Amino acid sequence: MWDYSDKVKEHFFNPKNAGAVVDANATGEVGSISCGDALRLTLKVEEETEVILEAGFQTFGCGSAIASSSVLTEIIKGMTLDEALKVTNQDIADHLEGLPPEKMHCSVMGREALQAAIANYRGEEWADDHAEGALVCKCFAIDAVMIEEMVWANKLRTVEDVTNFTKAGGGCASCHEDIEAILEKVLAEKGEKFDPEAAPVTKKPVVAEVKGPLTNLQRIKKIEEVLESLRPALMADGGDVELVEVIGNTAYVNMTGACSGCQMAAMTIAGIQQRLMEVMGEFIKVVPASEMKKLVNIEVA
Amino acid sequence: MTDIYLDNNATTKVDHAVVDVMIPYFLEQYGNPSSIHKFADGVAKGIKNARQQVQNLIGCEHDSEIIFTSCGTESNSTAILSAIKAQPNKKEIITTTVEHPAILSLCEALEKEGYTIHRMPVDKAGRLNLEAYKKLLSDQVAIVSVMWANNETGTLFPVVEMAELANAAGVMFHTDAVQAVGKIPMMLQDTKIDMLSLSGHKLHAPKGIGVLYLRRGTRYRPLLRGGHQERGRRAGTENTASIVGLGKACELALEHIEYENTHVKAMRDRLERGITEQIPHCFVTGDLYNRLPNTTDIAFEYIEGEAILMLLNKAGIAASSGSACTSGSLEPSHVMRAMDIPYTAAHGTIRFSFSRYNSMHEVDEVLKVMPGVVATLRKLSPYWEGDGPVASPEQAFKPTYA
Repeated sequence: MWDYSDKVKEHFFNPKNAGAVVDANATGEVGSISCGDALRLTLKVEEETEVILEAGFQTFGCGSAIASSSVLTEIIKGMTLDEALKVTNQDIADHLEGLPPEKMHCSVMGREALQAAIANYRGEEWADDHAEGALVCKCFAIDAVMIEEMVWANKLRTVEDVTNFTKAGGGCASCHEDIEAILEKVLAEKGEKFDPEAAPVTKKPVVAEVKGPLTNLQRIKKIEEVLESLRPALMADGGDVELVEVIGNTAYVNMTGACSGCQMAAMTIAGIQQRLMEVMGEFIKVVPASEMKKLVNIEVA
Repeated sequence: MTDIYLDNNATTKVDHAVVDVMIPYFLEQYGNPSSIHKFADGVAKGIKNARQQVQNLIGCEHDSEIIFTSCGTESNSTAILSAIKAQPNKKEIITTTVEHPAILSLCEALEKEGYTIHRMPVDKAGRLNLEAYKKLLSDQVAIVSVMWANNETGTLFPVVEMAELANAAGVMFHTDAVQAVGKIPMMLQDTKIDMLSLSGHKLHAPKGIGVLYLRRGTRYRPLLRGGHQERGRRAGTENTASIVGLGKACELALEHIEYENTHVKAMRDRLERGITEQIPHCFVTGDLYNRLPNTTDIAFEYIEGEAILMLLNKAGIAASSGSACTSGSLEPSHVMRAMDIPYTAAHGTIRFSFSRYNSMHEVDEVLKVMPGVVATLRKLSPYWEGDGPVASPEQAFKPTYA
């Protein structure tokens, strides 16, 4: 079964605010087709201040859907509607101490129910802004619809392209067959043929190739250059990376912003290491800066 | 209270007697059966004995018709790939929509290679239409692969009759019988079944051992080549301990086959009756009058299977579900969809599968727990109000689907 956090179990076994709020003045009803889950969120909003006084949920769904619904009602009680609109699905997942990648859509459903309820209160029409497909990349929780859209929009042709644009396939690589199948399908629709040997459309960031052994200073400069070239991708997800120290061919980095504490941080670090080795043509080990303490201790001892 | 295991269609506990016969093959007779020394001289005998024990359970004519493999999935793949390699001009395969993924995924891959796959649909009770089947049989068909018993509902397919029809049309017939072997009596020598897959861990042998029954004279191409083992039909050093264990498990299964169809069936029936009588808005899926004695699959409307399993697990009860959420896939079980079970019920299906290790006392325990579990979740469900579903549930709650 899923490896649920204690927090998920706590909210599942003892859900908070279950049931509809009596004399609610805002209702949001959404479902996630990918699980057959559905959620009705009812709110009682104070009219002058727009503060959410009460929130209740009714959920048809799995353990994490019920836990996500329950924790959502706890998060938003006492918030104003504008504050509540800033609640992201990541916030919901964080309050639950993380969700398995396959289950992240349960938290998305929570956020959408909230948006739908607020739209309902304000007399607006809520429209969903994304379709959801079968989960393809489990490392980075990327679904088929997302990959298809990116392949269409950016004229992607190879698995490497897909990884560069969506991160899908950048971790354990076990979904590469599925990504190839998507490429085959979309390219066929465009009247093209998928060629696994094709050169990627995406240009690799321009970093001068290095020849011969590096001095430590050269190495540090190169590492900085590569990190700089990777930075836009990280920042697109609200994260960043900072080089702390280089000892021999070990680079110590700090993952900051959204990257810090992200379940995918280890995967991202592996990706950075891969890129560094490709560019520098030598073995480089990338290690979180938190590991440095151990190193110092060993040396002192 | 000790935990109650009702997930025997997923896998079973290894019988103590099976473990006992295996141990010497780890610690004493660990020689390679091909070797000529005293560490190996009992091994060939052990394997031969096991082959006969399997033969007795499935009633085949010769023990050389038994090929030991690593699992049911390997047996299935071997059977289908052998049939198409041995008959390269035949480009069609007949199967059903409710097969195990071991068959369906392989067929999907073959479809991409240009094979035509006929997936026979089932009706609301999970039954096939034999008239439609007859029409599909032709000299273009390389193999028919139809499961003997469905893993989710326990529904039995008329494979003996279907094999006769295939044989009359000159078409090879394979059955995935991993759920059926050991639960219902079979006498393969009286049938026209050409190939049959079975899996050790479904009948109290360890995981990692399976069998492909291959009728003498059936054209065959090995999946794994490289050695003389299994008469060159499945190369690779024999999994000796597991083969001997599987033999013992088959002997025990044969001894208990009547018990399975009386006592085990009685437990299943009591649980099923108790649940459907006590709990409103639930129903049994599949062909109620033609199924395995140990399996019941019950759909609880308006709630979701994974949530039910989590509450059952907390109460020390292990079962399984056809819900999408337990697998991480998009859809609820393809078996439920094939039977046209509505989404609001298909997501709430729970399979209870018994073995000879269960007891009536355990059934009573489950019956005590189940109504509370269902009531707890229905209280949270937007389709439910008070003691029953809301009036016209599909209208009352119409979420925007993302």
